Amino acid sequence: MTVTASAPRAPSRRVRPLRILLHVFLTLVALGWLLPLALAVYASLRPYDETARLGYFSLPEQLTLDYYTQAWSQAELPRYYLNTLIIVIPGVVLTLLLASFTAFAIARLRIPGRRTLLIVFTAGNLLPPQVLITPLYTVYTMIPLPAWLSDSMSLYDSYLGLILVHVAFQFGFCVFVMANFMRTIPEEINEAALVDGAGVWTRYWRLTMPLCRPVLAALSTLQFTWMYNDFLWALVLMSSGDKLPVTSALNNLRGQFFTDYNLLAAGSMLVALPTLIVFQLLHKQFVAGLTLGSTKG
Amino acid sequence: MAAKTRRYSARDMAVLVIGLGVAIVVNVGVIWGPALASIGLSGTDWSGIGPIEWVGGQNYHDLAAEYPPFWSAVRNNVLWLGFLALVATPFGLFCAVLLDRRLRLSRFYQSALYMPVVLSLAVVGFIAQLVYSSDYGVLNSVTGLSVDWLGDSSVNIWVVMVAAAWRHVGYVMVIYLAGLKAVDPALKEAAAIDGASERQAFFRVVFPTLRPVNVIVLVITVIEALRAFDIVYAINRGRNGLELLSVLVTENIVGEASRIGFGSAIAVILLAISVGFIATYLSQMFREER
Repeated sequence: MTVTASAPRAPSRRVRPLRILLHVFLTLVALGWLLPLALAVYASLRPYDETARLGYFSLPEQLTLDYYTQAWSQAELPRYYLNTLIIVIPGVVLTLLLASFTAFAIARLRIPGRRTLLIVFTAGNLLPPQVLITPLYTVYTMIPLPAWLSDSMSLYDSYLGLILVHVAFQFGFCVFVMANFMRTIPEEINEAALVDGAGVWTRYWRLTMPLCRPVLAALSTLQFTWMYNDFLWALVLMSSGDKLPVTSALNNLRGQFFTDYNLLAAGSMLVALPTLIVFQLLHKQFVAGLTLGSTKG
Repeated sequence: MAAKTRRYSARDMAVLVIGLGVAIVVNVGVIWGPALASIGLSGTDWSGIGPIEWVGGQNYHDLAAEYPPFWSAVRNNVLWLGFLALVATPFGLFCAVLLDRRLRLSRFYQSALYMPVVLSLAVVGFIAQLVYSSDYGVLNSVTGLSVDWLGDSSVNIWVVMVAAAWRHVGYVMVIYLAGLKAVDPALKEAAAIDGASERQAFFRVVFPTLRPVNVIVLVITVIEALRAFDIVYAINRGRNGLELLSVLVTENIVGEASRIGFGSAIAVILLAISVGFIATYLSQMFREER
């Protein structure tokens, strides 16, 4: 199609150099974009006294994985990964369950005030967290929990508290995306089920949810990444260092008076690794999730 | 509407009330309730314990008159927004336009550009330290300078914004790329047949059709600028030239001096700015839906 359009005006001889220029430019940008990441990997493989002597931008005398073992065992990263999973898995599942049902009710049932609900939920997701963090912190310290749920005896400094805030905060975005998606499912399916006497739950769980698989896949990829990357909520709503999720625990690798940046680089890479793997494997879902929210339908 | 009001069975009603009830309670209890409570608390001098005393607009007055970090934070937030909106976002759009054609290696270019999007901003902050460190950072090694990029309060905000833009460009590019894919190719063809150059075709034909996407990108940019926190916190806890409104709110509650009323006043200012943008965005969004 483009050939027919551009052929009369631009002969292919003129296009060639432009193409090459385009590739050169894009390659430079892409390499420039990868450079900081490559640099962090490189720094993490070199001993501190070497980079302190030669700087980070120098040829290596010695490459070692010591910092990775150090971050892994001394900084107890496995424990923090586990903490992250304890928070993120229920967080993603609950967010999607709650959001999909709400989206179903808003998009498919003629409940009164559905528009207002959608607007309020979507707007809530767009607020900067700091707007609500002060009262939330106060309320969290005041809500008691039984010891088997939280060893701090309150919602503050508990896994449950963090899961709750993630669910509440991400809920709006997911409702918005899923409601838009559900509107594209032909209404006839719903009508037919209605004639057959299917109840609300059946129409939601058995009929609509299976059709939502692509959007659920996209949203879970995105939500996993976002919740995994959270730094702020754990910082404010947790106090025991041993319960922190891995992204926030990274801060512990900084010493009080001295920071070994090579160790920090190794830690950063270990923390970044799961999201980079998810991104490589579920590339399509990730991009779909980002764009679903922006271009409707 | 032709459809009669549907009758829901008792079980349907129960399912609906529970499902939507939980959703509303969680949303109001964790998001909107606290957001509104911030407004109330901003008029008090509460410290987290003891009696709450109403002081009216005192906190706002102190903020503007006796709290120097506030104005640095406002300035930095404005700079941050300006930098993202005028540098990072146009560059993301530019890359999207370049990548919106059949190119070999297109997938590689795209992946490289939005790789940083999956990284936590805290990790971005740590990587920035390797680049900008004064004694052995890469930037000084390569340029031969000896600038304390992160420690010098007159330059640090700029280099940190570059790090933030590193992540923002990819995000914007993905969204524009999706938007460009949705543009009817017949439009571009028609423009080409009418003799428009590629540049003219983009600015006169394609760009105007991207209006909804532009609004979304604008809102994302504003929200990101107001939310900016992790990156400066990971670098130096947002001090010495890296003050941001979000950091000041957090510092006033997790810091040693718990000044809940005062912190809330800063939060309310953030709330006021963001609600303005959110309202604009949603009215645009829902108007088009009709």
